[in-house]
Amino acid sequence: MALVLEQVSRTFNQVKAVSDVNLTIQAGEIVGLLGTSGCGKSTLLRAISGLDQHYTGSIVLNDHVITGIHDTIGFIFQEPRLLPWLDVKANITFGLKGAPADEIERALRFIDYVGLTGKEALYPRQLSGGMAQRVAIARALVTSPETLLLDEPFSALDAFTKMQLQDLLLRIWQKYQTTMVLVTHDIDEALYLCDRIIILKGQPGTVVDDIKIKQQRPRDRGSVELAQYKTDILAKLEINNG
Amino acid sequence: MAKVSNQVSSSYFSRKEHWESSRWHPRRYGRIWLGCLLPALIVVFWEFASRQGLVEAYQLPAPTVILTKLIELTQSGELAGHIYITVYRVFAGFLLGSVVAIILAVLVGFWRKAEYIFDPIIQAFRSIPSLAWVPLFILWMGIGESSKITMISVGVFFPVYLNLVSGILTVDRKLIEVGKMYKLSFLQQVWRIVLPASLPSFLIGLRSGLGLGWMFVVAAELMGASQGLGYLLVLGQNTLSPETILVSIVLFAIIGKLSDWVLKLLEARLLRWQDRFVRGG
Repeated sequence: MALVLEQVSRTFNQVKAVSDVNLTIQAGEIVGLLGTSGCGKSTLLRAISGLDQHYTGSIVLNDHVITGIHDTIGFIFQEPRLLPWLDVKANITFGLKGAPADEIERALRFIDYVGLTGKEALYPRQLSGGMAQRVAIARALVTSPETLLLDEPFSALDAFTKMQLQDLLLRIWQKYQTTMVLVTHDIDEALYLCDRIIILKGQPGTVVDDIKIKQQRPRDRGSVELAQYKTDILAKLEINNG
Repeated sequence: MAKVSNQVSSSYFSRKEHWESSRWHPRRYGRIWLGCLLPALIVVFWEFASRQGLVEAYQLPAPTVILTKLIELTQSGELAGHIYITVYRVFAGFLLGSVVAIILAVLVGFWRKAEYIFDPIIQAFRSIPSLAWVPLFILWMGIGESSKITMISVGVFFPVYLNLVSGILTVDRKLIEVGKMYKLSFLQQVWRIVLPASLPSFLIGLRSGLGLGWMFVVAAELMGASQGLGYLLVLGQNTLSPETILVSIVLFAIIGKLSDWVLKLLEARLLRWQDRFVRGG
């Protein structure tokens, strides 16, 4: 039960974006892909999701090479990407169209779970950024994915909403033990959420480090240990040298 | 043509907003009064000018004379027939033009080869002023219903086609990806994402198409008809009866506006999810 990337590379118009990434992600693990912009972390995530299939190398999920979009993988985008003509409820059950009624009934419990009770009939234009992203999270959860891919899901939100949704994500993880791959450029976010942080760097992007965060969750956002990790990571990324 | 309505869109979030957009709010009455002000002044002045003999009655009859004519035509039962046939022609032409436009637009929008095949010729035909077809259609189909309806459908076709194609081609790729993540088939993507997303521009096309339909029915009926509001125009001209012409013009205005209003209601209903610009909100 694992997600394995073997020699994954991706080239856009003769320019290599990611080069030879090897990575093993265990079931139930929260792994952060961290790097400055342009290092190919989103590219990698899109390759795993199957939305982009023009990569080389192979991606193996539970001992099977996957070549397209997989039922057990859910994706949460940077923007909520809600369908503006559907209300909250219909957006959440979007992926269940045609499913049996009891399944849809069960899915509607996520409305409560992500804190959208009473908002079922609203249209996306009536939602704040944070609420819209909650809908997107619920929509990804209803198909009970074993693996959740998150592409900078909270980067467009204000700091407080961001923290709330990070905690929501951890609650989801505690309840379902979902494997999560989180692309982020926010070091604090990665440190707060992840079991492991993969650091990508360069153009083309390569894996430069793989850091295990051993601290128990829930973590203290302001703890000295996390601050120490952060200093290390900044040094790895050579941010402070400039 | 692409005017967006601004009274239907205010969100129904709060009670206050709800009240303000409700039919009973004074602001709405105020708006209607403001809209009526100018027409009323013009009619009063017009009536006055006619009675004083400032304008000749055989050129511009007074509003009351027009009204009398309208009542006369209605009572003789003649008018209902004229209105019926004109509305029938517009409706039939609108339906035919829209259906052909929808079929071609969906083909062109979804299938690149169809675009290469159909789009150049459609664009070429578009540059022909549509009224230029009239003599040819009459030659082919006579002056019966079919030439008129064809005429009108040609007018309706272009705005519906162009708007729907552009609607389909500008659907956000990001929403398509959401569909892909849920493994929607091509047809499901079309039905559940592309078509709803292109609905706003499709409705704009329908409304402009209908407007052109009304324009073309006049042209078609002027060319040769024995019934219809356009025929009333010709009749008024030949019998030196400007009041008949004006009755016809007024009716065109009213019925045209009514039909557009129906589409506008439909639009408001179908697009209530849209995040629209509200003036001075």
